[in-house]
Amino acid sequence: MSKQINVALIGNPNTGKTSVFNALTGLNQKVGNYPGITVEKKEGICKLPRGVKAHIIDLPGTYSLNASSLDENVVIELLLNKNDKDFPDVAVVVSDVENLKRNLLLFTQIKDLEIPTILVINMADRMEYKGISLDIPYLEEQLNTKIALVSTRRKQGINELKQLITNFKEVSQEPCLNASQVDKDYFEGLRKAFPNQLLYKLWLVITQDVNFGKIDRNEVEALDDFKTKSKADLKRLQQKETIKRYQFINNVLKVGQTIDSSKAKDLRTKLDRILTHKVWGYLIFFMILLVIFQAIYDWSSVPMDFIDSTFASLSEWSKNKLPAGVFTNLLTEGIIPGLGGIVIFIPQIAFLFLFISVLEESGYMSRVVFLMDRIMRRFGLSGKSVVPLISGTACAIPAVMATRNIESWKERLITILVTPFTTCSARLPVYLIIISLVIPEGRFLGLGYQALTLMLLYLIGFGAAVVSAYILNKVLKIRSKSFFVVEMPNYKLPLFKNVGLTVLEKTKSFVFGAGKIILAISIILWFLASYGPGDNFNKAEEIITNEYASQQLSEEELQQHIASFKLEHSFIGITGRAIEPVIRPLGYDWKIGIAIVSSFAAREVFVGTLATIYSVGNDDEATIKNRMAAEVNPILGGPLFNFASGISLLLFYAFAMQCMSTLAIVKRETNSWKWPLLQLVFMSSLAYIVALIAYQFLK
Amino acid sequence: MRHTLAHLKRGEKATITDVSSIHIPLKLLEMGCLPGNTVELVQLAPFQDPMYLNINGSHLAIRKETAKHILIEKVDE
Repeated sequence: MSKQINVALIGNPNTGKTSVFNALTGLNQKVGNYPGITVEKKEGICKLPRGVKAHIIDLPGTYSLNASSLDENVVIELLLNKNDKDFPDVAVVVSDVENLKRNLLLFTQIKDLEIPTILVINMADRMEYKGISLDIPYLEEQLNTKIALVSTRRKQGINELKQLITNFKEVSQEPCLNASQVDKDYFEGLRKAFPNQLLYKLWLVITQDVNFGKIDRNEVEALDDFKTKSKADLKRLQQKETIKRYQFINNVLKVGQTIDSSKAKDLRTKLDRILTHKVWGYLIFFMILLVIFQAIYDWSSVPMDFIDSTFASLSEWSKNKLPAGVFTNLLTEGIIPGLGGIVIFIPQIAFLFLFISVLEESGYMSRVVFLMDRIMRRFGLSGKSVVPLISGTACAIPAVMATRNIESWKERLITILVTPFTTCSARLPVYLIIISLVIPEGRFLGLGYQALTLMLLYLIGFGAAVVSAYILNKVLKIRSKSFFVVEMPNYKLPLFKNVGLTVLEKTKSFVFGAGKIILAISIILWFLASYGPGDNFNKAEEIITNEYASQQLSEEELQQHIASFKLEHSFIGITGRAIEPVIRPLGYDWKIGIAIVSSFAAREVFVGTLATIYSVGNDDEATIKNRMAAEVNPILGGPLFNFASGISLLLFYAFAMQCMSTLAIVKRETNSWKWPLLQLVFMSSLAYIVALIAYQFLK
Repeated sequence: MRHTLAHLKRGEKATITDVSSIHIPLKLLEMGCLPGNTVELVQLAPFQDPMYLNINGSHLAIRKETAKHILIEKVDE
C-alpha cells in the first residue's frame, strides 16, 4: 500500500466542516464508531494530484481542546497520541468567515501541538454580503500557516485546499503564540520535570482527563520537585490562557480583517424576531411539526405499501419456485418477512432524517431548543430533548441516537429513557385494529369516537414520557455537570449534498444496525412457532383428521385447523399457555399472550401473529377483524375482545417496552445493560399494572 | 450594586467585567464570553429563560443560572 497522507479535519460546530469533508471525499466515505464508544467516526479517501491519496478523518466539532463531552474527547485523544494509526500528518482547521475570531481559538491551540496546520476559511461567499475583507498574506504570516479560502456552496477553493494538503510538508509547525507566559514559573517547572515533552501537551494532559502515552496525570503529580496546583488554580490558568489567546487573535484580526458593517445585511435579526417570538415562534414550530407528521404518515404510506406487497409476493414466489423443505420454509416464513419488517421502515426513517437534517442545517433547530428549554427543564429534560421526542413518533431508534448533543449526561439519559413512550409508528397497526373492534363508531361533537381514542393514545404516550421524566429527575442521583450553551448559528439554505448524505448514512445505519437484530428475532420466532415437542405437535395432522373425520370439512378448512393445532403445541404455543395465568387478569387468553410475546420483537408483529393464530392465511384486515370479533372468552363466555379487554390491550401497548431494537440501541448509546433493563422493567410493569386496573374496573 | 448578566434587559448592551466564578463553564469563555467584551441581549425566551446573547459577534444562548455568575457593567447610551 502506498503511503497515504493522514488528514484530520477539525473545527467548531456550524463552520461547514462536514461540507468540506463531503466536498473532499464525495461518496468515498464511511461512518463507524470509535472503539468502545458510540461517537461516530467519519473517514474518507480523497484523491490528490499526482496520484497521492489522503485519508481524511472528520473529527467531531469542538470549540476548543478543552473537552467537555465524549465527542470532544475523541479529538484530543487523537491529537495527543502520536502512535495512533490515524495521527494526522496535517491538521486542517475549518473556520467560518463570519466567526473567524472564535474559530481561531481552536486553531492557535492546535498550532501549539506543533502539528502542521492548514487553515480553511469557509463560507467565503458570505464575505461580500457581510462586508468582510481579509488580508490573506498578512494572516498567513501572523498565524504561521497556509490559508485556503473556500466556498463549498459555490464549489470554490477545494482544489487549492487539495494542493495545500499535497504539499503539507511546506506548512510550518511553529506555534503562533507562547501560551506558557500566563504563569512563567509554573511552566518553567513543568519544562524542567519533563524536558523531552511538548509543553502544551503536558498542560493539556494536566488539565483534562486524557491519557496519552507514558505520561499520565498521576505521574505528573507524583513528582517531588514539581509543585502541582489545585483545581481552582488550574481553572484560573485556563481562563488566563483563553484570554491571552483572544488577545493575540484580536491583534492579528485588527490588521488582517476589515468589516464594513454598513454593507452588512442582517437576515438573522428579522428571522429571529418571528421564529423566536413568544406566540409566532410556537405557532410556526407547531405548523412545521404538522408537516413532518403529514409526511411521515401520509407520504410514506405509498412506498411502504409498495414494499409490503413486494415482500409478500417475493415470499409467495419463492414458496412456489423453490423445492419444499425446511430451508424454503425458513426463507419464506422467517427471513423474507423478517427483512420486509426492516425495509418497510426505510421510507419513514428517510423522511424523518430528511426533515431533521434540513432543520439542523438551516439553523432553525437551535431556535426550537431555545424556545423549549425552560418548559422542558421543569421535567428534568433539556431544550435539546425536543428533537428526540419528535423523532420518537416515527421510531424510537433514530430518536435515541438524536440525543447525543445534550451536554448534561443526566438530561440525556432521562431523554433516552422516556423517548420510547412516545407513540411510534409500529404501535399504529395494533391500535387501529383494536380500536375498530371495541370502540363504537358514534360521534362526539363531530369527531368520531375512534379518531378521538387514537388521539388520546398519542397524548397518553407523550404524557407518560413527560411524567416519567419528572419522576426520573427526582429519583436518579446522578451528578453531572449541568450547563447549557447553544450556539445560535446563522440561517443558511441547506446544501442538498449534505442533506442527501445524512439521509443515506442514517438510513443505512438503521438497516444494518437494528436490522440485524430484527432479522435474528424473526428467525427465532419462526423456529419456535414451527417446531414443537411431543406427539401433539408431530402428529397434528393425524389427530385433527381423526377428530374432524365425522364432519364434512373442505381441504382448506382442515388445513387451517391443523395449522392452528400445531401452533398451539409448538414451542411458542406452549410458552403462551405457560404465561396465560399471568395475563388472564388483564382479560387476555393464551393466543393474545403469544402475540404479546412475539410482538416483543416489534409491536406490529402483534397483528401478524394473531392472523397466524386465527388460521387466516392472509393479512386481510377485515378477515382478521371478523375472526377476532368472533373469538369467545374461554372462561367467561362472551366476546374475547370486548370493551374491557380492548382498552386493557390498548393501554398495555401504550406503555409496554415492546421493542427489542430499541433496547439494543439504548444499550449501545448508554454503554450498559443497566439502563435498557431498567427501562424494560419499568415500562412493562407500568403497562401491566395500568392494563390490570383498566380491565378489572371495566369488566 | 453589582450587575450580572441576568439583569440585562432585551436590547440592552453591557461590558463583561468578570467571569472568574467556578460556575461558568470554560466553554462559554472559549466562545468569547470574556472581560472587556460587549454583550447584547438579543432575545429572551418565553418565561424569561434562556437568554439569547450576542457577545462580540458570537451568537449563543445560555440559561439564567449561568448568566447570574457573569458580572457586567451596563453601557450608557
